[in-house]
Amino acid sequence: MACIEILFRISDKFTATSRHYVDRLFDPDPQNVLQGVIDMKNAVIGNNKQKANLIVLGAVPRLLYLLQQSSSSLELRTECAVVLGSLAMGTENNIKSLVDCHIIPALLQGLLCSDLIFIEACLRCLRTIFISPVTPVQLLYTDPTVIPHIMSLLSRSQHTQEYITQIFAHCCKTPEHQMVLFNHGAIQNIAPLLISPSYKVRMQALKCFSVLAYENAQVSMTLVNVLVDGEQLSQVFARMMQRDKPIEMQLTAAKCLTYMCRAGAIRTDDNCIILKTLPCLVRMCSKERLLEERVEGAETLAFLMEPDIELQRIASVTDHLVSMLADYFKYPSSVSAITDIKRLSKLRHTRDFCNQLDHDLKHAHELRQAAFKLYASLGSNDEDIRKKITETENMMDRIVSGLSESSIKVRLAAVRCLHSLSRSVQQLRTSFHDHAVWKPLMKLLQNAPDEVLVMASSTLCNLLLEFSPSKEPILESGVIELLCSLTQSDSPALRVNGIWALMNMAFQADQKVKVEIVRALGTEQLFRLLSDPDTNVLMKTLGLLRNLLSTRPHIDQIMSSHGKQIMQAVTLILEGEHSIEVKEQTLCILANIADGNTAKELIMTNDDMLQKIKYYMGHSNVKLQLAATFCISNLIWNEEDGSQERQDKLREMGFVDILHKLTQASDPSLCDRAKTAMQQYLA
Amino acid sequence: TNPRLCLTAPIEFGVGHVVDGTSLVSAVCTAQGFVFNYSTHTSLLSADISALLLLTGDPAFNYQEHELNERLKRLYPAVNEEETPLPRSWSPKDKYSYIGLSQNNLRVHYKGHGKNHKDAASVRATHPIPAACGIYYFEVKIVSKGRDGYMGIGLSAQGVNMNRLPGWDKHSYGYHGDDGHSFCSSGTGQPYGPTFTTGDVIGCCVNLINNTCFYTKNGHSLGVAFTDLPPNLYPTVGLQTPGEIVDANFGQQPFVFDIEDYMSEWRAKIHSMIARFPIGERLGDWQSVLQNMVSSYLVHHGYCATAMAFSRATETMIQEDQTSIKNRQRIQKLVLAGRVGEAIDATQQLYPGLLEHNPNLLFMLKCRQFVEMVNGTDSEVRCFSVHSPKSQDSYPGSPNLSPRHGATNAHVHNTGNTDTLHTNIFEYAMHASKAKHIKLNLFTNVVYLHSPETSSAVDCVFWCVDSDSEMEIEAEHYSNGVTESSTRIMNGTYKHQEILQADDSSVDDSCSSRQLCGGNQAATERMIQFGRELQALSEQLCRQYGKNATHKKMLQDAFSLLAYSDPWNCPVGQQLDPMQREAICSALNSAILESQNLPKQPPLMLALGQATECVQLMARVRSGSCSFARVDNFLH
Repeated sequence: MACIEILFRISDKFTATSRHYVDRLFDPDPQNVLQGVIDMKNAVIGNNKQKANLIVLGAVPRLLYLLQQSSSSLELRTECAVVLGSLAMGTENNIKSLVDCHIIPALLQGLLCSDLIFIEACLRCLRTIFISPVTPVQLLYTDPTVIPHIMSLLSRSQHTQEYITQIFAHCCKTPEHQMVLFNHGAIQNIAPLLISPSYKVRMQALKCFSVLAYENAQVSMTLVNVLVDGEQLSQVFARMMQRDKPIEMQLTAAKCLTYMCRAGAIRTDDNCIILKTLPCLVRMCSKERLLEERVEGAETLAFLMEPDIELQRIASVTDHLVSMLADYFKYPSSVSAITDIKRLSKLRHTRDFCNQLDHDLKHAHELRQAAFKLYASLGSNDEDIRKKITETENMMDRIVSGLSESSIKVRLAAVRCLHSLSRSVQQLRTSFHDHAVWKPLMKLLQNAPDEVLVMASSTLCNLLLEFSPSKEPILESGVIELLCSLTQSDSPALRVNGIWALMNMAFQADQKVKVEIVRALGTEQLFRLLSDPDTNVLMKTLGLLRNLLSTRPHIDQIMSSHGKQIMQAVTLILEGEHSIEVKEQTLCILANIADGNTAKELIMTNDDMLQKIKYYMGHSNVKLQLAATFCISNLIWNEEDGSQERQDKLREMGFVDILHKLTQASDPSLCDRAKTAMQQYLA
Repeated sequence: TNPRLCLTAPIEFGVGHVVDGTSLVSAVCTAQGFVFNYSTHTSLLSADISALLLLTGDPAFNYQEHELNERLKRLYPAVNEEETPLPRSWSPKDKYSYIGLSQNNLRVHYKGHGKNHKDAASVRATHPIPAACGIYYFEVKIVSKGRDGYMGIGLSAQGVNMNRLPGWDKHSYGYHGDDGHSFCSSGTGQPYGPTFTTGDVIGCCVNLINNTCFYTKNGHSLGVAFTDLPPNLYPTVGLQTPGEIVDANFGQQPFVFDIEDYMSEWRAKIHSMIARFPIGERLGDWQSVLQNMVSSYLVHHGYCATAMAFSRATETMIQEDQTSIKNRQRIQKLVLAGRVGEAIDATQQLYPGLLEHNPNLLFMLKCRQFVEMVNGTDSEVRCFSVHSPKSQDSYPGSPNLSPRHGATNAHVHNTGNTDTLHTNIFEYAMHASKAKHIKLNLFTNVVYLHSPETSSAVDCVFWCVDSDSEMEIEAEHYSNGVTESSTRIMNGTYKHQEILQADDSSVDDSCSSRQLCGGNQAATERMIQFGRELQALSEQLCRQYGKNATHKKMLQDAFSLLAYSDPWNCPVGQQLDPMQREAICSALNSAILESQNLPKQPPLMLALGQATECVQLMARVRSGSCSFARVDNFLH
């Protein structure tokens, strides 16, 4: 009890002194006010408690008032900005309070003053506020006159340069922001700062370029042509990647060049990419680097080489990158150990220790997801690299456990990695099966966010390929319902993956599976998919139909139950405005139907359909001619019941003449196909 | 030759100049701001080599040699090749018989049967990798993979069996092209990197700081291959099947991999290690040690005003009293200005008995005085020339100008020579009665400049000694180091293109027409007389202390100056260079200090010398980091 009382008294005392500081801000004598602000400045430095008190007691609005008042002396206004900057240096809550008091417009207004010292104080405070994650970046862009004015302040002093570039580097988050800054001459104004005598200015300018160039072709294209002191910007960046430069500088310069390269402004085979940027990023992944640097390095490297197989090949042999990444999983030694320690330490009320552990845990997640991303990128094209990755110690186990981690970021990266590796026939047959990766993958597909679902279902498509040994167990796990539900998703990517997986599943499948697919999907949904606005979805749906309609008994069975709807759909597509590929696929379905015993009749009795086939036999596209001829060939095939009648009917309709003409076709396969068909008549 | 650290006696910037004591103090307190002038002789070797190149044949080969020397010098500045030569080619002696060498022993081809691993063959480089390299690198280009491409690139110790591929035996390490494995003293390899074949360039880098090795393929680092390497490994390649051909690059060509970038990382690492060396509690001690070092250095060289300002700011004590410092400073200034006679007088007056007790020093001083007489700067000859204004020192006295060393501005001197000669020829033709014979001399001298072989022809022509009135020469032309507008303009227009890079003082030194004893006859006579006295002194010393080869040489060199029509451009003309005064100046200064029971060397110089020695010792005990901890890296 006594203890608490003392605590109260102390805090009372604190509040009392704080109140005194605030009271002095209202003194009628301006000189006293100034002295009060200066005293307040000295009192708050490094004292978070004092800062919080002053904010609670309403010092901020008064300080802002004094700062904005043109009747205040410049000295007073400057000191106010300094104190506000000091308050901003405290906790995130302080920043929130300051922002709520509309400090940002007030400070931005202050920048219009001509006094450099005052401007610098305002900028310093703005800098502190804008680099906080709790500040809405948008506030920098609300007034359109702000950016051009700030841009003009860049020439004032090294301090203005440092603060402004730092603000830009933190407040450029969207393509719109990039364009606003770009349009107000950010590149021309900031480029000369890359050779500033001040390291801080150089570094912040470099950061600006990295955020400006990120996924922005226009900025990137402009950057390659910029000269700094007669030197090309890419060379300036390359120099900043030299190994004796600070790591932060090397890494940020590598990011700039990576973004410029991905935006198409620098070729991937340019020496500054192959011999400088790539090795620099690999170095950033080394054990000697800080955890943050390793994360950023790996993510940037993954981004750099994603589309380029040559870069993937070089990276895969550079400095043992593949095994170096395995170290990313060794931090911390185990997650459960950390949670255990946390539980223990909570009992001991050591909050700092807990924070440290949270921090470590976060880093562990970040490291793992970065490693998965980089593995995904490395293995996206080259079979040898995929083999090397899967042979890395415990790699498949790590992916499997990554798929069920609590952090979404890690799960997403793990499934990306799995997807990249699943493009390998060999891996599908071996390691994927050995580690039963389908199990966690199936689990992941339940109730996952869309971005994870897209990747997971895409991987599932590969696992359902006919030669994949995982296909069987997946089928048995009741995946069909799940896939069917995916086809009803709003996201085209998910619809494609769902139907694609079903298509793969139906390939050479048992009758039972096929029936199950048709049942689960329902004809209504099937036809809805056939009119899907996304061509990919349409194509895969047709592919599914084609796979369903293979082998005679299956054809007849499905056509007997759904023949009418299918014929309708086929007609609809053949009559509609569709690409050659879609029509070809449709004609192939028709050809499959023509292969059935009873299903044939559905075509033979449909003169309209026969006319369509005839039309496509005379089409200018060889592929369509081929598919249509194939269909006819199936209809007139000898050795089947009623072949004579069908031959007669089709002869009457003029098909023989067309076939005859096609035997003269310049395309050899079409010519062959037509000849084979003609032979049916001769036999 | 190894580049030596050479601290030259600095030029006064204290007395008579504004002393910024505080900034000096702050500079010193950061332990970095030493204000020495220093210079290295790095360019000597290359100059020697370029001279050699003119004499030998094949220009392409010479060019490559030159490139090689330049690159090795740049990559491994800490290596003393006299002690530890660098590998430059494969050794024709240290190889298996199935290995053939060609192209200056850089190309290796296989000439055995290549049936199985028993036919493997290796070759080592001429020398092991010196530890002082710090980081060593060489590259091998696969010209042809031959039948099977069983090629190994790596390192091995002296004496390892050459009938093997590198890596198979103890103290042998290799990276093999057929499977991409690394072999660490073992017959079975470990998966390491990609395979390599025709057209690939494989590099091997030995880090002698942490004793590891990594390879590169086509400029990409493949990561560490070996750790805990023993010392004294030789670059080695091994081949095993017919048709295999590889070319080595020990620095003859630019490397594909950016090794200098890798080195820069290690240099930065070592420098930061030094900068962050923990001194713990002793911070204060260190500061006062540093301050005392700086203070004693300033005092030693007689920078009186600076030393006083420094001691005031840092509150350090100065042992010597101010008058004594000023006296020494005065004497030094006289020597450096070439007024040696006055310096001797001053010394005798201020420090009676000093020179009497140091007859060697006195003799050296007198020799120098004679040289300065030839130069026309000593007061004994200067007093004869009416036109010589007092303020003109021939020594470049600006505080921010360090004296240049001969090697660095040899070019400037040479270009100056011919022109000066032409001027002289012109003048002599006008004024000398014995024009014919002098002219002959002069023309021979012109020839001499271009071909050293003919120099003997003019060695012993004492024209100036027996000349008399004919030697009178127009007043404008006597000055050495005196800038007179007329001469300068004449000379300036004459050759401004060649010597634009030279600053004013060097223009004064090398370009204005200089004349013996300032061209004054009386002065010349005085000089002759002084020479006789010097000769007598030498003989006396000889009688007293026995023969002294150094003295004899000194005297000969000094007198030889008279043998040439233009002493400034003769084989012994170096003596006239004002820079030569520095050695004698510091000897005199040390002698004075010693006589006052003060250290003859400033502690700072001792520390510097010790540090330099330490770094050299590190190289000998094979500590690779010496390469990046060089003393001159820390002198600015």
